[in-house]
Amino acid sequence: MQKLIKNLSYIWNKFKNDRESFWDELEEQMVTSDISINTASRILEEVKNHVYRENINNLEKVKSSLKQQIIEILKCNGDSKLNISSRPPTVFLIIGVNGVGKTTSIAKLANMFKKNGKKVLLSAADTYRSAATEQLQYYAEILGMDMVCHQKFSDPGAVVYDSVEKAKARGTDLVIIDTAGRMHTSYNLMEELKKIKKVICRRIGREVDEILLVVDSTTGQNARNQAELFNNSLNLTGIILTKTDSTSKGGIVITIKNDLNIPIKLITNGEKLEDICYFDPVRFTELIFS
Amino acid sequence: MFDLLTAKFEDLFYKIRNKGKLSPNDLDSALREIKLALLEADVNFKVVKEFIENVKAKATGEKILESLTPYQHVVKIVNEEIIRMLGSSSSGVSFASRGPTIIMTVGLHGSGKTSSVIKLANFLKTKFQKKVSVIAADVYRPAAVLQLEDMAKNIDVDVYSENNSDPVAISVRGVELFKKSGSDVIIIDTAGRLHIDENMMDEIANIRNKTTPHQIYLVLDAMTGQEAVNIASSFNLRVECDGIILTKLDSDTRGGAALSVYYVVKKPVKFVSNGEKIDDFDIFYPDRIASRILGKGDILTLIEKAEKVVSEKEAKGIEEKIYRNELNFEDFVAQIRSLKKMGSIDKIFSMMPIVNKSKIFKKVNLDDSHLSHIEAIINSMTVDERRKPHIINGSRKKRIAKGSGNSVSEVNKLLEQFSKTKQMLKQFSGLKGKFKLPPGNF
Repeated sequence: MQKLIKNLSYIWNKFKNDRESFWDELEEQMVTSDISINTASRILEEVKNHVYRENINNLEKVKSSLKQQIIEILKCNGDSKLNISSRPPTVFLIIGVNGVGKTTSIAKLANMFKKNGKKVLLSAADTYRSAATEQLQYYAEILGMDMVCHQKFSDPGAVVYDSVEKAKARGTDLVIIDTAGRMHTSYNLMEELKKIKKVICRRIGREVDEILLVVDSTTGQNARNQAELFNNSLNLTGIILTKTDSTSKGGIVITIKNDLNIPIKLITNGEKLEDICYFDPVRFTELIFS
Repeated sequence: MFDLLTAKFEDLFYKIRNKGKLSPNDLDSALREIKLALLEADVNFKVVKEFIENVKAKATGEKILESLTPYQHVVKIVNEEIIRMLGSSSSGVSFASRGPTIIMTVGLHGSGKTSSVIKLANFLKTKFQKKVSVIAADVYRPAAVLQLEDMAKNIDVDVYSENNSDPVAISVRGVELFKKSGSDVIIIDTAGRLHIDENMMDEIANIRNKTTPHQIYLVLDAMTGQEAVNIASSFNLRVECDGIILTKLDSDTRGGAALSVYYVVKKPVKFVSNGEKIDDFDIFYPDRIASRILGKGDILTLIEKAEKVVSEKEAKGIEEKIYRNELNFEDFVAQIRSLKKMGSIDKIFSMMPIVNKSKIFKKVNLDDSHLSHIEAIINSMTVDERRKPHIINGSRKKRIAKGSGNSVSEVNKLLEQFSKTKQMLKQFSGLKGKFKLPPGNF
């Protein structure tokens, strides 16, 4: 992840002479990190108010005001931790567009819970993509976990049904479901996800514990559309932000949280199984300013 | 793709369309809206700035403020700039003059390399009758080789792969083997990598040095944000790409990455991939896309698609029938089937030159299943009824409705629609000679 604001001290000179161009420059830098124009101007409005009200004349204080605004947006009202049911198995449904890193994130997530002594079962409900099941199988084997899969092109709903039943029979703590990547604009594929969700709810007699949308941090403004449409169909409980070891700044999650109030729960930042952690608004913000 | 950008431009042009004169203020506010539209579409910030400056300079230079038709002038300038941004003409497909053409694909994780390799292989195989083979050089992602093999099997293309070997060696041996076996095109599928990962970037540079590909394509996700330009620059710096394969265009992305990359890196988008199906893949035509962004449709692609599914003879036959007012339900259903073969309805609509498409889109639910309903109704008619729609009376309607699982009112609606269409087409054909009916139209 790269710095959100690169040369704050360089543009600071402008603050004294030409304030408008200082704010413009700041806005420009925010937009280049994929924060939407609307969110960027909303944040800057707040910062400006603060700066003028308090008569701030010092770069560090402008910076901390900016940070504070971003943290305020990213902060969760409730708990940002993952929801674990008191009546196992807990079920996580992982969804997203093609190529964002769903399967890899699932392996990392599974590894994280396994280390905490949980018994995890992986559910290969991506029956569409070539070798998707084999990819998940590979992780199930190295992590030593159960996996439920059916034949290629079989009904993903049936895979999910069997997964939950098997988990119940074996006293598994957590089921993580891998689904096929799909465009949020595809009506049929979104209906398929709704059906999968219905199957889970019926089997566990409650809402799905976590429905997590995987978002690639290199994605631009379209990530907001993805979050909005997936949320409309399924009521997301959170977001996993992937590939943060890239140079992109992942600013779009600030817009997603600001516009749709969907919490970011996890971030992944490397190719190793350990490269996953809970999302911390303060640390994330510090990181993009460091 | 590009829909929102199109909608913005349409709105904007609509606003200034009837203005007799354009004041400097009008121009400034129009440019500001264009700027926001481009930024919201993920066009790179620097590119946007330059674009706006160019349009402004041209607009002022050509004195459009004093011209009588400022609207046309602004549209013309914006159009030219967008084409310039995208690269002005299609670079097409190029093959090596001697021996097999070697192609290497590179890109970030999850950009769609493997699917693109298979789609490209299929494209070259079916369109250019080439013997294509692929090399599986992604040894890192679990089951990546299996994925390539599985997909290659479906299109009957040979794959070279090795277990536990290094990607450079695999590529070299694969190329040797396929050269001997007489392949026309050899495509190397490499692993996804970060453009800042030095070791991994060295690896593709090595593969390039050892296999000397004729073409290196960067596979880029059309939904990429502001970083697209840096990603493309980094890959280009290390392996000198010949072009871009832009993927996932079936999303609702506004496609700014595509607009920025050529502008900054000067490497053209060569192919686009826009769906889950194997033939959702095509050559990229910058001028046609520009015309679509500006809401003027993409008639050329539409006609090409139509020509693929309807022969000229068929089209002529239909035209004759329309002229003699003899169009019947058999023709109608044939037309529906051709239309379906051309792709989904919303894709076809997006290519049509309709003003304020985005607004119409919101009202009309363009659903492919609607066509299937119509088809079902027609299928429930007897041959006689299809040929002579006027004999369909009350009891026949009831039977048709029951047979197709629809209500009588839906059957009525179709009959009414059909007779209106017939009338309309009759009027069109009155202009015969002056107005050529495009094939596949009804």
